[in-house]
Amino acid sequence: MSQEKIQSQTVQTTGHAWDGDLQEYNNPIPTWWLYAFYFSVAVAVVYWLMYPAWPVGGGFTTGFDSITYVNDKGEKKTTHWNTRALFMKETNEAVAAQKPYLDKVASTPFEQITKDPELNSFVVSAGKQLFSDNCAACHQQGGGGKEGFAPNLTDDDWLYGGHFANIQQTVMNGRHGYMPAFADVLNDTQVNQLTDYVLSLSRIAVNPDSAKAGDVLFHSETAACFYCHGDNAEGRQVIGSANLTDRIWLWANVPGADTIASKEAAVKNVILGGLNKGVMPAWKDRLSPEQIKVLTVYVHELGGGK
Amino acid sequence: MFNFKHEWIETNIGLLLVLTMLAISIGGLVEIAPLFYIKNTVEKVDGVRPYTPLELRGRDIYQREGCYLCHSQMIRPFRDEALRYGHYSLAAESQYDHPFQWGSKRTGPDLARVGGKYSNEWQVAHLTAPRSMVPQSVMPNFPWLVKNELNFSDIEDRMKSLRDTGVPYSLTKSEYDDNVKKFGAQTAEMLSIPDARKNLIAQAQSGNYDGNSGSISEMDALVAYLQMLGTLVDFRKYDDDAFVKYR
Repeated sequence: MSQEKIQSQTVQTTGHAWDGDLQEYNNPIPTWWLYAFYFSVAVAVVYWLMYPAWPVGGGFTTGFDSITYVNDKGEKKTTHWNTRALFMKETNEAVAAQKPYLDKVASTPFEQITKDPELNSFVVSAGKQLFSDNCAACHQQGGGGKEGFAPNLTDDDWLYGGHFANIQQTVMNGRHGYMPAFADVLNDTQVNQLTDYVLSLSRIAVNPDSAKAGDVLFHSETAACFYCHGDNAEGRQVIGSANLTDRIWLWANVPGADTIASKEAAVKNVILGGLNKGVMPAWKDRLSPEQIKVLTVYVHELGGGK
Repeated sequence: MFNFKHEWIETNIGLLLVLTMLAISIGGLVEIAPLFYIKNTVEKVDGVRPYTPLELRGRDIYQREGCYLCHSQMIRPFRDEALRYGHYSLAAESQYDHPFQWGSKRTGPDLARVGGKYSNEWQVAHLTAPRSMVPQSVMPNFPWLVKNELNFSDIEDRMKSLRDTGVPYSLTKSEYDDNVKKFGAQTAEMLSIPDARKNLIAQAQSGNYDGNSGSISEMDALVAYLQMLGTLVDFRKYDDDAFVKYR
């Protein structure tokens, strides 16, 4: 930059020069900015005095501010201000606000909850939150279930029973679906016959002779399907075996298969490979008994509760 | 009177160097010194242990795939977080993490207590194709995890490196005995570096996390890791305000 140009500007230089003519402009930061900086330094000092800040020896400076909370035993405790005590305080205030409802949920029998409009609306809105956070990942938002993964909770078909007590048990302890594989037990003809029998139970047009042979096999000691699925193939909710006589399918995607052949293939797949899935986690360590009760009513109310 | 001039520093490279280092070391000291006092803020709780060899490989894959870019592993002491994720995280729970995975970026949910929340099948299906389970998810697919065979040829070296940073994996008999005292025999067995390969295979086979018992996949390791996250401390054993005094 030429000497004339520098002189024409009003900005001051820092006053020193290198290599004879190399100079530096002096553009100080705005005064308001400078004082804001000093102010925030002062605030930091106040913060150190008020709140936990500096490590000293074996401990740390706890600050002058204090906080009082009520612990789960009902004792009032005062300690130096910290986020965990604040959390206790806020949580306990919220718990206290919800307590009348949750106590009422805990002490009211299931059938009565649904009849009490105020309690029912609490359960439905609290249950919706709990369901979204915990159940929807598998059973999907709204409880529609997922073919080949998690049962639909909005229909009236229940693997483990749809009464309040059944649902509560399921939520508390979780479930684990199991069916042995029959690939090594039955030959191909036998598997085909059983497949046709199972499909005929859903009134799907298959070879009647084959289905009849499957019926015999189903109730024989060879395949022994009736042990778990029951004499009438309606399933046994004690062990969670499926009702094969309705048109609801969880593991074999029969409704989604276009042709008879692909419907057969879907069922065959399950018979041959068995099932060792349908694992639902237990929630009794994660949720409180009241939360489980709320969820039970919510699931029951989704549409299919018995 | 002493007349200070910037020019002295600016024209003397040696002085400039010394003063620059001095200024930086003050900043460093303020950040680093507290770490030497950190012991008294780590809660004394039962149950926290280093990762088993399989979980450790799962953790490596977690980092390799960049899960931490969208998922944090720290539940803060706020009511809404406790309602959604569970008990707030303790410092003790990440005492064996090198590096820790706390994070502050949550595109996805916090994973500090995801262990046991979903079934293994769900984890496998969800990691392979997230939208098959959660339609509104923006998580990428990780289909190669079930296909890739897990490489654990260097598991001993990985554990040795962590041992150097202070994680109590045992190399000698006396270290093993210390672990038995500290964690019990069953856990101490899992922390033994000479037995790492055997333990990894055994855990993968008995857990069968990916639903395919034929081979040990990267999915086995990752799901084993996810399923233990946040499950080590049994909070029912402690009062609700047991951890207030550490802050």
